[in-house]
Amino acid sequence: MSTDAVNNSKRRFLVASTTVVGAIGAGFVAVPFIKSWKPSAKALAAGAPVQVDISKIEEGQMIVVEWRGKPVYVLNRTDENIKVLETDTEKLADPDSEMSTQPDYCKNPTRSYDSHRKVMVMEGVCTHLGCAPKYVPDLNNPFAGSLGHDWKGGYFCPCHGSIYDLAGRVRKSMPAPKNLPIMPYYFKSDTVILIGQDGSNA
Amino acid sequence: MGQRVNDLMGWVDARFPLTKMWEEHLSKYYAPKNFNFWYFFGSLAIMVLVIQVLSGIFLAMFYKPDTALAFQSVEMNIMRDVEWGWLIRYFHSTGASAFFIVVYLHMFRGLIYGSYKKPRELVWIFGVLIFLALMAEGFMGYLLPWGQMSFWGAQVIINLVSAIPFVGEDLGIWVRGDFVIGDATLNRFFSLHIIAIPLILIGLIVAHIIALHEVGSNNPDGVEIKKNKDENGIPKDGIPFHPYYSVKDIVGVVVFLMFFAGVIFFIPEMFGYFLEHANFEPANPLKTPEHIAPVWYFTPYYSILRAVPSIAGSAFPGVIAMGAAIVVLFFLPWLDRNPVKSIRYRADWYKILVAIFVVAFIVLGYLGTKAPTDMRTLVAQICTIYYFAFFLLMPFYTKMEKNKPVPERVTMK
Repeated sequence: MSTDAVNNSKRRFLVASTTVVGAIGAGFVAVPFIKSWKPSAKALAAGAPVQVDISKIEEGQMIVVEWRGKPVYVLNRTDENIKVLETDTEKLADPDSEMSTQPDYCKNPTRSYDSHRKVMVMEGVCTHLGCAPKYVPDLNNPFAGSLGHDWKGGYFCPCHGSIYDLAGRVRKSMPAPKNLPIMPYYFKSDTVILIGQDGSNA
Repeated sequence: MGQRVNDLMGWVDARFPLTKMWEEHLSKYYAPKNFNFWYFFGSLAIMVLVIQVLSGIFLAMFYKPDTALAFQSVEMNIMRDVEWGWLIRYFHSTGASAFFIVVYLHMFRGLIYGSYKKPRELVWIFGVLIFLALMAEGFMGYLLPWGQMSFWGAQVIINLVSAIPFVGEDLGIWVRGDFVIGDATLNRFFSLHIIAIPLILIGLIVAHIIALHEVGSNNPDGVEIKKNKDENGIPKDGIPFHPYYSVKDIVGVVVFLMFFAGVIFFIPEMFGYFLEHANFEPANPLKTPEHIAPVWYFTPYYSILRAVPSIAGSAFPGVIAMGAAIVVLFFLPWLDRNPVKSIRYRADWYKILVAIFVVAFIVLGYLGTKAPTDMRTLVAQICTIYYFAFFLLMPFYTKMEKNKPVPERVTMK
């Protein structure tokens, strides 16, 4: 009769080991499904750098180019603008771009290459929830009411009202927490920039 | 003839519990006899689900989940070229909003009559899960027409994921399947919207109903009818769901369909609330609409998101608050410590608290459709604080209530 007796500890062991092996197997099978959601080889290739000719951008003018599907703002600032960026910092949340995203060579008051201070290159993607802030050089625009009379040019996000200056630096107590991000870029020549790649690892 | 039918039923019942299921869930499911207006919305939710599944199946026959074709396939092919395509599409778009109207009212009923309390905690929890699945379904479905608001609404919501510290950026790319919302995103949302989430939704609804039928329905008096049974073990205050409530619910269905048809035929866009105006323009990643607002059913939670200021350079606290606003619902059965279920027999000041909660929720919803100003943000912050205080302070204030005597049997007020 003893041969018919149930060996409970053996049963528990078999149930536990089957469960563990099954769970590990399920975990491995999940990998291809989870990885299938990553950007495809084609999407990765489409993320390649973009070359932009900036010779035709007048002072005070901005163009928008597309890089990785995101709008990139390329702005040619005036000497006046540069002066304002250096002096009007008391309203800014992060004037020295300590908490913001940019390459080291753009971590300065104008957030640009020292060799080309007037050229501003940044992502036109609000750091709050990813809208595209509007370029507002003067008060001649529908948002003037939100900007104040001493407006000296900058960006206004129409979604939730964040205000940035002409270096993409956000003002204090705005929905957006950080300055507009700057992606790696470098000057191939004085009039051509390559967006999406550093000069260092070109 | 009758004998033939009986024989056939006997044959089936020996192989499948058809009669047993019919009796358990319909002809011998005893529901309290004092159901009022608020009890229409459960069966209406099922009907809207049927409308959505049916219209959705047909829309999927004509829709193309491809960023180059999606907008055209909806606005040109379905709305203009396919015979009656416009009607099927409006069934589906109006049905989405109707689903949320019905579910919000259904949840409000549960709130005021204490339907989440012991022994119905799981009914409530399955219900909140259904609400979550429904939100996912609505969100993913809204991307499919590939209009401006589809794109930018999804942009805002997927960027919530990117706000998560450390892993957010990569997680966002994983969800989108690209550096931006694109073809990969549209395709997977289509799959999730038409297969994955509906399967989950239907499974949860089955669980919701099985749990409900296990414990029995609550009622406007919050009295347990199973405590008073006759000699046959049938609750004295219970009546069989079929035919009594199946017939009564037909009245609800007819009235609902009158409104539903009215909206479909005369105001399918509901002044930009059901179908937003900006969505009649194809998605353009380089052009943000002047004003981005989610569809109305998300706006209360969207307001909560916006009301929370960013801390230490991260928009994450707002995301947490929005998530918490829904998670807190799961704990409602344990937050409310008052043993009395129905609001009828609870303190008058509790009724006022509930009324203010409803106002705060509607104000949040309204503000979520508007661009923020300082004043609106302040109001949203006050309403957000009230929303959380209403739930999180329950353990304290519900103990202080002076209840009125609860009757032994249900009343027919």
